[in-house]
Amino acid sequence: MVVPLEHVIILSGLLFSIGVMGVLFRRNVIIIFMSIELMLNAVNLALVGFSRYHNNVDGQVFVFLVMTLAAAEVSVGLAIIVALFRNRQTVNINEMNLMKN
Amino acid sequence: MGADIIFWMVVALTVGSAFLVVLSQNLIYSAIALLFSFMGVAGLYIFMMADFIAATQIVIYVGGILVLIIFGIMLTQRIRDVRISHTSMQRGIGGVVVTLIFLGLFRMITGSPWHFEAIPEVEGTVSGIGKLLMVEYLLPFEVTSVLLLAALMGAAMLSRRGD
Repeated sequence: MVVPLEHVIILSGLLFSIGVMGVLFRRNVIIIFMSIELMLNAVNLALVGFSRYHNNVDGQVFVFLVMTLAAAEVSVGLAIIVALFRNRQTVNINEMNLMKN
Repeated sequence: MGADIIFWMVVALTVGSAFLVVLSQNLIYSAIALLFSFMGVAGLYIFMMADFIAATQIVIYVGGILVLIIFGIMLTQRIRDVRISHTSMQRGIGGVVVTLIFLGLFRMITGSPWHFEAIPEVEGTVSGIGKLLMVEYLLPFEVTSVLLLAALMGAAMLSRRGD
């Protein structure tokens, strides 16, 4: 079965919007983190779709590099979150307002 | 058509669990839903003949990133109050912004004339990706390895206790 390109790109846009929704709605840092992963996945999906329809694999190399980047981002980000939690005992971003005033 | 039904089931799995990630009250449920969403995306990669990327998706995202996120949950929540909900503050404005973003993307996608025709069958993509990584994209590949090293050292330094 050949998946139509538009379906893939619309699905990618939908996943991206769900990720944005998570970032805007939730106040828990870890949920926001997961939403960022969702958005990265959406972009990867679009890249793979275009790679399939242009019929060359350059897009998949990009996806591979983006995945590596996501792994690096998760490791550093979670280290930051754990350090933050150790210092301030919270994961609610509304209480992380040290630099606000 | 069997493949059609499977495709729409995979799409429903991906989108449904993505919604669950965002809207679930319980953090652990969110993480498990994220697992299914990643699996769904891997299935979509298979539908687009990207076999290597689908395998990488499962190994890196499901095997690595998700486990790390669950570790993060365990380290930052007191297990007794697992349902730290913190649901929402600006659900109204946020909903409007999200709807606008999605409608904009949708209009742009459906309004553009796409001229590509997919070739029904492709052989495995592994050798193509390998050649591109080792020849054309060698510099980004090496830079990525330096980035990973820096991330490793940064994570170790940040999560060290004390001083």
